[in-house]
Amino acid sequence: MAHAPLPLAPRKFLETARTDAWWLQPAVTFLVLATFVVYSTWAAFQGNHYTFGPYLSPFYSPELFGDSPHAWFGPKPGWWPGIMPFSPALLILWAPGGFRFTCYYYRGSYYKAMWADPINCSVGEPRSSYLGERFFPLVFQNIHRYFLYIAIPFLFVLAYDLYGAFWFTDASGHTAFGMGVGTVILTANLILLSSYTFGCHSFRHLIGGILDRLSDRPLRKKAYDCASCLNGYHERIAWASLVMVGFSDVYIRLCSMGVWTDWRLF
Amino acid sequence: MSTATFRIYRGAQGGGEMKDYTTEVSEGMVVLDALHGIQADQANDLAMRWNCKAGKCGSCSAEINGKPRLMCMTRLNELDLDKPVTVEPMRTFPHVRDLVTDVSWNYRVKKKIKPFTPRTPDAPDGTWRMQQADVDRVQEFRKCIECFLCQDVCHVLRDHHKEESFIGPRFLVYAAALEMHPLDTLDRTEELKEAHGIGYCNITKCCTKVCPEGIHITDNAIIPLKERVADQFYDPVKALVRLVRGKKA
Repeated sequence: MAHAPLPLAPRKFLETARTDAWWLQPAVTFLVLATFVVYSTWAAFQGNHYTFGPYLSPFYSPELFGDSPHAWFGPKPGWWPGIMPFSPALLILWAPGGFRFTCYYYRGSYYKAMWADPINCSVGEPRSSYLGERFFPLVFQNIHRYFLYIAIPFLFVLAYDLYGAFWFTDASGHTAFGMGVGTVILTANLILLSSYTFGCHSFRHLIGGILDRLSDRPLRKKAYDCASCLNGYHERIAWASLVMVGFSDVYIRLCSMGVWTDWRLF
Repeated sequence: MSTATFRIYRGAQGGGEMKDYTTEVSEGMVVLDALHGIQADQANDLAMRWNCKAGKCGSCSAEINGKPRLMCMTRLNELDLDKPVTVEPMRTFPHVRDLVTDVSWNYRVKKKIKPFTPRTPDAPDGTWRMQQADVDRVQEFRKCIECFLCQDVCHVLRDHHKEESFIGPRFLVYAAALEMHPLDTLDRTEELKEAHGIGYCNITKCCTKVCPEGIHITDNAIIPLKERVADQFYDPVKALVRLVRGKKA
């Protein structure tokens, strides 16, 4: 058989024989990610309306320095440069932001939706050159595991915040156990963020994937199986947790501004 | 019995065009059935590969309505037959004729990967002992039928033609099956980083979406290998630990 030297000509940008709505997925991804980035950046710079009653917005947790009762080390530090805007969120939001930015799932999504590399499977690309994650700058995506190491303690902080969200102080200063809609939202937020973090590919590798034999390590095997189970839903959990963490901030902000009322369940 | 139109790529060595063929179709047919009908009645010289007609030989790979699929596993009732169904050869590989492409590059790539090298046998009769739990993970990779649809859809090969520096998802799965095998003794991480070019994969998951065997190529093979490469080459703390312990990278 004579061998042909070349494949068929590559598709031009956006050219495809696909007949389905291939553009819908990257369009929705672009819309949701862009909305989240714009909103979270705006919210981080506000520096107000991030607490309501016992609730603390996850965008501002842990509040290292700040004016609310949740602050760990008191108000804005004196060493903070005067020309820089201050907000408690600016001190910490880089960590969960970096964790999501370097997440394997989000990488694949935003390479498609934001950079069209490719815009979708078997659809033509805009550029002929390609470096992938092999060279600078994307080789730095390998830092993901370090963001994981930082993200795990954040879950414990959020769990502590959630515990506080069950204790309501009335006008007389009496504190009682209770639950409001905000408590439910923060609980869902913690569950989703934990599922996202412990279903992370790097966590799965760390906990057992690194080994070729797990049968002689029953605890690690169990942990690896659990992480693999969560990892199977990583895509859906990634979106759900993204929406929920944003909504948690929206809820607390609007309650604090008096737009919404936080209903007490008991 | 109704009819459907199939728009099929006809021509040799990349010089061809799409031609329409209308044929009778009935319930339960797959694309390969329709093409066999066209081949029998209207285009006796239509070139295509097929063998098992059961989704296990990986021969009838093509692009149906722009998506890499097996012709024998694409049922007509999944397609909109009110419009012509396009059937094209895999675009990543050198075109031979009609729907046939030259996939021999894949066989050459496979030879570059260090073969399975087990530890010394566990028993005097030359056999090994291992737990099912330890081989569960690699058994998923053994389902691969080498249809090369994943290679076809991978944009690193399809659009950027990095064949010299990237082995593609099929062979990253193959490498993962060896690398994660409980009996294998070799370390392939350096080759994965350098010669096999795993860093070119940007995790679009297109390979996973087209796999007819449902192998989780990206999540279970490529990303775990990327993590192993990161362990060796991109993790300064692990490098320091290796340095202190006096181990080689």
